[in-house]
Amino acid sequence: MVNVKINGIQIQVPEKTTVLEAAKKVGIHIPTLCYLKLGDFGIVNKVSSCRVCVVEEVGKSTLIPSCSSEVYEGMDIITNSSKSLNARRNNLELLLSNHPFECLVCEKNLDCELQSLADELNINEIHAKGEKMKYPIDRSSNSIVRDPNKCIMCRRCETMCNEVQTVGVLNAINRGFSVVVAPAFHLELAYTSCTYCGQCVAVCPTAALTERNDIQKVWRALANEKRHVVVQVAPAVRVAIGEMFGMEPGTISTGKVVTALKRLGFDAIFDTQFGADLTIIEEANELVHRIRHGGVLPMLTSCCPAWVKFFEHQFPDMLDIPSTCKSPQTMLGAIIKSYYLKNLDILPRRLKVVSIMPCVAKKAESARPELSKEELKNVDYVLSTREFGRMIKEAGIDFAALEDSEFDSLLGESTGAGAIFGTTGGVIEAATRTAYEMLTGKSLEDVDFKQLRGLEGVREATVKIGDLDLKIGIAHGLGNARKLLESIQAGKSHFHAIEIMACPGGCIGGGGQPYHHGDQEIIKKRQEAIYKIDKSLPRRKSHENEMVLKLYEEYLGTPYGEKAHDLLHTCYVPKERI
Amino acid sequence: MINNRTLLICDGLSCKTPHKVQMFNLLQKKLEENDLINTINLVKTSCFGICSQGPIIKVLPDDIVYVNIKKEDLDLIITNHLLQNNIVDKLLYINPLTKEKIKKEKESKFYQKQYRIALRNCGLIDPENINEYIAVKGYEALATVLTENTPLEVIDIIKKAKLRGRGGGGFPTGLKWEFTAKQPGNEKYVICNADEGDPGAFMDRSILEGDPHSVLEAMIIAGYAIGANQGLIYLRAEYPLAIKRLTIAINQAKNYGFLGKNIFESNFSFDIEIRLGAGAFVCGEETALIHSMEGKRGEPTKKPPFPSVSGFRSKPSSVNNVETFANIPSIILNGYEWFSSIGTENSKGTKVFALAGKINNIGLIEVPMGTTLREIIYDIGGGIINNKKFKAVQSGGPSGGVIPLEYLDTPIDYESLKEIGSMMGSGGLIVLDEDDDMVKLAKFYLDFTQDESCGKCTPCRIGTKRMYEILDRLTKMESNPDDLDILEDLAINIKNSSLCGLGQTAPNPVLSTMEFFKEEYEAYAYKTKKHTYSIIANKCIGCTKCAKVCPVECITGSIKNPHIIDESQCIACGACYTVCPVNAVEKP
Repeated sequence: MVNVKINGIQIQVPEKTTVLEAAKKVGIHIPTLCYLKLGDFGIVNKVSSCRVCVVEEVGKSTLIPSCSSEVYEGMDIITNSSKSLNARRNNLELLLSNHPFECLVCEKNLDCELQSLADELNINEIHAKGEKMKYPIDRSSNSIVRDPNKCIMCRRCETMCNEVQTVGVLNAINRGFSVVVAPAFHLELAYTSCTYCGQCVAVCPTAALTERNDIQKVWRALANEKRHVVVQVAPAVRVAIGEMFGMEPGTISTGKVVTALKRLGFDAIFDTQFGADLTIIEEANELVHRIRHGGVLPMLTSCCPAWVKFFEHQFPDMLDIPSTCKSPQTMLGAIIKSYYLKNLDILPRRLKVVSIMPCVAKKAESARPELSKEELKNVDYVLSTREFGRMIKEAGIDFAALEDSEFDSLLGESTGAGAIFGTTGGVIEAATRTAYEMLTGKSLEDVDFKQLRGLEGVREATVKIGDLDLKIGIAHGLGNARKLLESIQAGKSHFHAIEIMACPGGCIGGGGQPYHHGDQEIIKKRQEAIYKIDKSLPRRKSHENEMVLKLYEEYLGTPYGEKAHDLLHTCYVPKERI
Repeated sequence: MINNRTLLICDGLSCKTPHKVQMFNLLQKKLEENDLINTINLVKTSCFGICSQGPIIKVLPDDIVYVNIKKEDLDLIITNHLLQNNIVDKLLYINPLTKEKIKKEKESKFYQKQYRIALRNCGLIDPENINEYIAVKGYEALATVLTENTPLEVIDIIKKAKLRGRGGGGFPTGLKWEFTAKQPGNEKYVICNADEGDPGAFMDRSILEGDPHSVLEAMIIAGYAIGANQGLIYLRAEYPLAIKRLTIAINQAKNYGFLGKNIFESNFSFDIEIRLGAGAFVCGEETALIHSMEGKRGEPTKKPPFPSVSGFRSKPSSVNNVETFANIPSIILNGYEWFSSIGTENSKGTKVFALAGKINNIGLIEVPMGTTLREIIYDIGGGIINNKKFKAVQSGGPSGGVIPLEYLDTPIDYESLKEIGSMMGSGGLIVLDEDDDMVKLAKFYLDFTQDESCGKCTPCRIGTKRMYEILDRLTKMESNPDDLDILEDLAINIKNSSLCGLGQTAPNPVLSTMEFFKEEYEAYAYKTKKHTYSIIANKCIGCTKCAKVCPVECITGSIKNPHIIDESQCIACGACYTVCPVNAVEKP
């Protein structure tokens, strides 16, 4: 423990505590901007670059950044001296002097950390005006829009892209005033190894990185009377959307989501959790097939599109180990465009499928050519949770006051196994529940595989299934995934099955979720809500989803069979690493 | 035998400008033609320091120095001096103040007031021949240390010598070594910072080109003292000759067993590698330098942790500057008492300065700490060009400030310069005369820093840009008095809140010129500054030369009558000023 003085208040804090954390303990708020810490997810950005959190250390001529300066015995800090207040204001003014004043029409209007800080620091004039950056906006990808002119060099995206995800696309380039975070040589994102995981978007304090806005396309489809517009909602959306309407993080609003979608005018509202249950049937069958027939092991899950793109770029020689199963959204999309379509009396191209996803990579996924059939995409439009929230607001729907409704029948039915797809460890737990019964022929009593849960970046567990010790690996965050894959490549690890989700925490921490603004408790509460949903459902094993069984009986035939392959499986293409 | 002479010829970069490049080869050829090649020892050496007079040939043992040598002068030297023992008068150096001819180095005031420790071998030995270094006690310090001293004793010697970092900061070298030595672990590094980036500074280059072994020897000693087995030299790629000579020196040292395993049959092993930088000013900052060596973007990180705790590959590393290292062997050989007897109370030893600007003897000098600027400028530097009035000296490059007339007699050391608002920096001294514009000077430096900023932190990335923009507006008369307040606020904020030392010192050129020459800023801000040329009517003889040369044709007048400049059209190019035969044109 060390003794420090902050604004005259004497306190004792553990060693390695930062000035920022110590100040917080005595109720002193120091504004920050570039700083970001989600410690339980292994995410820390304290590059000390914005110089907004600077404070005065008595006896030192220059100011120190409170976010990254650790306390020491006898340290004497003043957080609000005129020297530090002036510096803070001056530095924020400098950032604003190089920022486009488009706040009123900006994607991040009222959800922008730079904007809030300008308000907090009482900025009402920019004294040193001058030249602003003028870079072209990168709209090359289907997922992410990059507006370098709004970049304030906080480097959070860089930390996510390099250290957390190890994708290495975003980096500071150029020097002096021209410095900006961008792909090497100013390449457009579409021509890089970007996985579109959207973690850069999730942490960007301004609108330098945002998801591609597809709201208008959906409004247009809804407005067109000739269109039959079907919507599906991912599991992680219902535990996060409430945050946009002042509800407590972790509030479960499944029923309100369905009501809101009905009011927005969708013709049918289905549940991606149905697609998840379907995925489990296919994936568990594939795993059992591989185990019984000496196929390639381990089998890797393939429901996360950012992960899929990651291994195509980074491990192009290992494309035989991921499951060939499509993701739940595209499986459900394919079923809607075939099974559901056949009972509708419309031209196939007039049926549109919209997905509400916690993810921005799903936007790019829906555009993959192999996820279309006869020129028709499995999924036409993908909206993030945030975009969905904005549509609700725009339509004048008082979300918090909505009554509950049920998903439409058949493709709206789901089990607890489908629900836990939204969190790290969930897919593999769901698959284990089904594989257990398939391999042993016995009924599984306790479906809670607690050893598969948690937030550790890389987890390993063994599940006893009859004579078989099923070895399972789990990783969330692509950096952790890389570690796991490299140990397999090196022959160090031997697993039967591995679940990987690109985003820290899984889909609950997805790039399309309401902004957490650095509060990791929000993500944890979403996870708790996911498991609560699982517990509350009458059926918790995918193969007990009666509607899924009905679908096989009426339409698909045998699981992992010919028709299932045609509709529910896909292939991967090696890609360059740029 | 009379012709058992040695000819030293400078092969440094500044003496190798295109028309001078063949001098060595030419001299060799001519010696052959005169059948002297076997009796004359021709040595390619490095900088003599007085670069404005180059190329220079020094004849030993006569100790005669010939300056400003042209190709056709070589025959004169051979026939008159070498064959007939007659000194070639016209090639001798002329003292610009007294106009007397100087024959010997020691007679010249340029050398009289100098005291060479770091530059002790520069210009005297062949840097590509390790034997010549050994002949001047080279590697003796290393041998002494390895056979007679414990690492702790070595650190103690350097601490007691009170040697301070010559790269700019002035941190005590012994303490730095001690911190690094005290860190746990076996993997440690000695890093030589040879990323000399200040405009106009070339002392490190001269040392590396002229005496590379002294730096290597010092690095090995440092390795022994701190417990490191690997040394790294971060050298800018723009110094090809230094790269070449260092590479040769490293190979020679390896062949002689000064580098490698069990040096001098001790248990100590050490190796040195060169890492090339791509010419970013910020990479002279030690944390940025380390990141660059690790293959990362060259930008600084917050200190602490200091490199002595977590440096290259997160291991304890001692980063020292070239000139600092060059002092080490002499300290070991002559003792800390000797070294600490030179200089002022808190700044011991000598400092190498690069003299530039409006001064007669442009070049490299090494003087004891505490020498006054007046001695440097008037005695060593030979005074201001054309006997103009001294205005100020810019010291410390883009991180320093100006020292005006009233401080001309201040003894120069780390503290005194900081007191004035400048800094020692790496040792650039740019002399300014009455014609120099202080606002434009500040603008020059801010243009440099805003361009060289790594862009990591807000105040340096955007702040220096805004400062530059204001200075640009000022000098273009597009500014207003409010700008001066904004400029000052920006400068103070950048100084207080930038991430690294380079950012924190970037506003110094503005702050110090504003302190001493505020009226020049005001003249621009209030637009009272005369910014066009004009003709003094009673001096003008009406020769019409100015009117003919004016590119915008704004000078009118008839032959033999005073001419007039239309000030609304004048672009201040100065063509009329240059061409006027009677000094009738007045500068802005």
